[in-house]
Amino acid sequence: MSVIVVLIGASLLVATGFLIAYLWAVKNGQYDDKYTPSVRILFEEEKKTEIRNKKSEIRNEKT
Amino acid sequence: MEQLETLERKTDTKLYCFHCGDETPDETIYIEDKIFCCNGCKTVYEILNNSNLCNYYSIDQNPGITRKHHIKRNYDFLNDTDLKLKLIDFTNGKRTQLTFDIPQMHCSSCIWILENLYKLNAGIISSKVNFLQKKVFISFQDEKTSLKEVVELLDSIGYDPQLNLDNRKEEKIKSGYKNLYYKIGIAGFCFGNIMLLSFPEYLSIDVSGHDELKRIFAYLNILLSLPVFFYSSSYYFISAWKGLKKKFVNIDVPLALGIAVLFLRSIIDIIFMHGAGYLDSLSGLVFFLLIGKLFQNKTYETLNFERNYKSYFPIAVTIQKGKNETTIPVEKLKIGDRLIIRNNELIPADSILIKGNANIDYGFVTGESMPISRVNGEMIYAGGKQIGSAIEVETIKEVSQSYLTQLWNNKAFRKDQEREQESRIVSFANTVSKYFTITILALAVIAALIWHNNSTLAFNAFTAVLIIACPCALALSTPFALGNTLRIFGKNKFYLKNTFIIEKLAAVNTIVFDKTGTITENNSSSVEFIGEELNDDEKTFIKSVVRNSAHPLSAAIFNFIDSKIIKNIDLYDEQPGKGVHAIINGNEIKLGSKIFVTKGLKQFYDDYSTKVFLSINEVTKGYFNITNKYRNGLNETISELEHNYELALLSGDNEGEKEKLRIFFGTDNELHFRQSPQDKLDFILRLQESGKKVLMIGDGLNDAGALKQSDVGISVSDNTNNFSPACDGIMDSKSFYRLKDFIKFSNSSMKIIFSSFILSLVYNIIGLWFAFQGTLSPLIAAILMPVSSISAVVFTTVLTNILAKRRGLI
Repeated sequence: MSVIVVLIGASLLVATGFLIAYLWAVKNGQYDDKYTPSVRILFEEEKKTEIRNKKSEIRNEKT
Repeated sequence: MEQLETLERKTDTKLYCFHCGDETPDETIYIEDKIFCCNGCKTVYEILNNSNLCNYYSIDQNPGITRKHHIKRNYDFLNDTDLKLKLIDFTNGKRTQLTFDIPQMHCSSCIWILENLYKLNAGIISSKVNFLQKKVFISFQDEKTSLKEVVELLDSIGYDPQLNLDNRKEEKIKSGYKNLYYKIGIAGFCFGNIMLLSFPEYLSIDVSGHDELKRIFAYLNILLSLPVFFYSSSYYFISAWKGLKKKFVNIDVPLALGIAVLFLRSIIDIIFMHGAGYLDSLSGLVFFLLIGKLFQNKTYETLNFERNYKSYFPIAVTIQKGKNETTIPVEKLKIGDRLIIRNNELIPADSILIKGNANIDYGFVTGESMPISRVNGEMIYAGGKQIGSAIEVETIKEVSQSYLTQLWNNKAFRKDQEREQESRIVSFANTVSKYFTITILALAVIAALIWHNNSTLAFNAFTAVLIIACPCALALSTPFALGNTLRIFGKNKFYLKNTFIIEKLAAVNTIVFDKTGTITENNSSSVEFIGEELNDDEKTFIKSVVRNSAHPLSAAIFNFIDSKIIKNIDLYDEQPGKGVHAIINGNEIKLGSKIFVTKGLKQFYDDYSTKVFLSINEVTKGYFNITNKYRNGLNETISELEHNYELALLSGDNEGEKEKLRIFFGTDNELHFRQSPQDKLDFILRLQESGKKVLMIGDGLNDAGALKQSDVGISVSDNTNNFSPACDGIMDSKSFYRLKDFIKFSNSSMKIIFSSFILSLVYNIIGLWFAFQGTLSPLIAAILMPVSSISAVVFTTVLTNILAKRRGLI
């Protein structure tokens, strides 16, 4: 039966990990703005292609 | 050439500006295949195009902000060091951070362009948008750019920031929010784990051979309940203590009592091995209560309910010193200073006109949009806006002592009084809790007395009564019913500051209306032409002439006449405060005041409506009669409310429309005209002194005092984002006709809370039956408390939704 104690300890540890993750997210302001990031994520694509374009430009210059 | 042809083909359908999406009358302003409504829009397009930022137009359709009404502002005052320090958040001499309010933000494109500012100005390091709060956080390098340049850049692309010194208190509210999130997270974590550890207890699993396991579980539970008791539930103890100190039993008193007893009883039970304790019920209760709190705390982040005149007034003014013009912060303005007021600038203090053609728009103050002309030596009140060329004025009063602004010296605006009121919110839950607390204490004593010969049982019964009678259902039904009502109102464009306002709204018995801008529409007026009938040519001439004028009366006439437009006008001369003189196709057209058009003598106005006279080739044809248009559904709203409420009307205007208004308001209700802002406040005060609960509905800054003094002050606004004085609620003018539904629905919400209270009493009686016998097992408590809480939540939420649907609010 004493294995239960170990299991309880492990489960509490995992749960505490999630609690800390949540508290950390709140502290970092993830709940301050619940809308803008949902829009911002759609812009990212463009920046990446831009960087890719620049990289390929550099590569082209080298060759 | 091909493009021009496509343009022409498009002309049979409607044309829309590529930048802002407004309808454009013609295609004279264009770049390649893109049409613009005005040169302003075109310029913005050019700026973005030059920096390869045209992606702006592909994220959302026509995302721009129209530049038709844009006036170029002079931002030189931003070089003032004192002012600069007040506007920015942080600087170390090299890098500066600041936050701007940008109310124009409205779509994904706006976010995109504002986060790509660094492409337009190399000095900007980064910019980040919070869309819901309509804020942008910018950091820039001081070497490469300046505050002034950043503001000018934003202005040039249509996002001119709101510059005021009155928005530095929001940080506090935000950290309060975070605390609630922390508390909920911790309470939820502990609640879940305590339930897990209580499972053997729930399932009556036989662990007789493993007593030490049972003890480990129990002590783990105590460990987990400590943060719930000492951290998550701290608010309830603090609030209960604050209330008791003021001899006021609020709803948090019985709650705090219940939580404390639950905790102590559980600890004692566990230590003396009487049982497993009620720690699961305790953490569950706190968790649900905090969720309720979160639900109730719904706020409209974009709206500001606390604005005073400082938010509207300019932060700097141009004064004339000798021959030099300098810019000084408005606070440093003294009596006798000479001010230069340019087109579309606000007059910050009561002044006398020295030089120039004053044409003052008091729309800001009264809601009346027709400019008034003033001649030299006449008085101009603070809050007016100059339309037209620059004028010179001399201040005769300080900013805070002016006709309009002295209102804010009234005690209704004092902070301490506000706090006093807030700590004693008379809500249903708080009223009930006084009797409730006394009753359960009495019952607990009785229960203890019944078992007086068995001290253990007596203690058990005493604490069980306090535990089971904890008014969690009542404490939950209020936030959920009112929080839901707040959301339903929000969907109908009626935004309240917080849920307490709903209770106050339900208690109202007198409704006071402002006239201009509240029950009349701001930007549309009804026009009729009185005189000889006009033929089609004449109509075309008039429409073509008024098209060129920015005066609101011209706009009204332009919309009124249905005709074609001729573009070539041979002569056009607009004289501020008088009228327009134009020659078109050889015909001389004069539009304007009676003296200007008919060259008659200045005669005393016997009529209060606004008239625009017309003459063609020196022959007076008649006049356009322009009157205010009443809001949609005003008649129904008034006649419905009349039955149950006392109504009154306060107007800053003259008695011109008294007879018309009598038709709406009937003969029993008071109508008052020529009311100053102070008069309005005093009128509300008189009503309140005679024991009335007053709802004030207004709009302009001149209603600010009345809105503040009244029990509930609601401001009506065409654009909820930018124009509302301090108030309890903001109503979109399109929802005005629903006013009666809103008031009735808040009454229904209160009834729902009441019935949910009855429901929770039933649960309490069941629980008390166990409690009196001293047989309240942790299992029964663990079932009864969540069931009563959840059913209260479900009951109120479902019922408010059903009732809202029946009233057509959702």
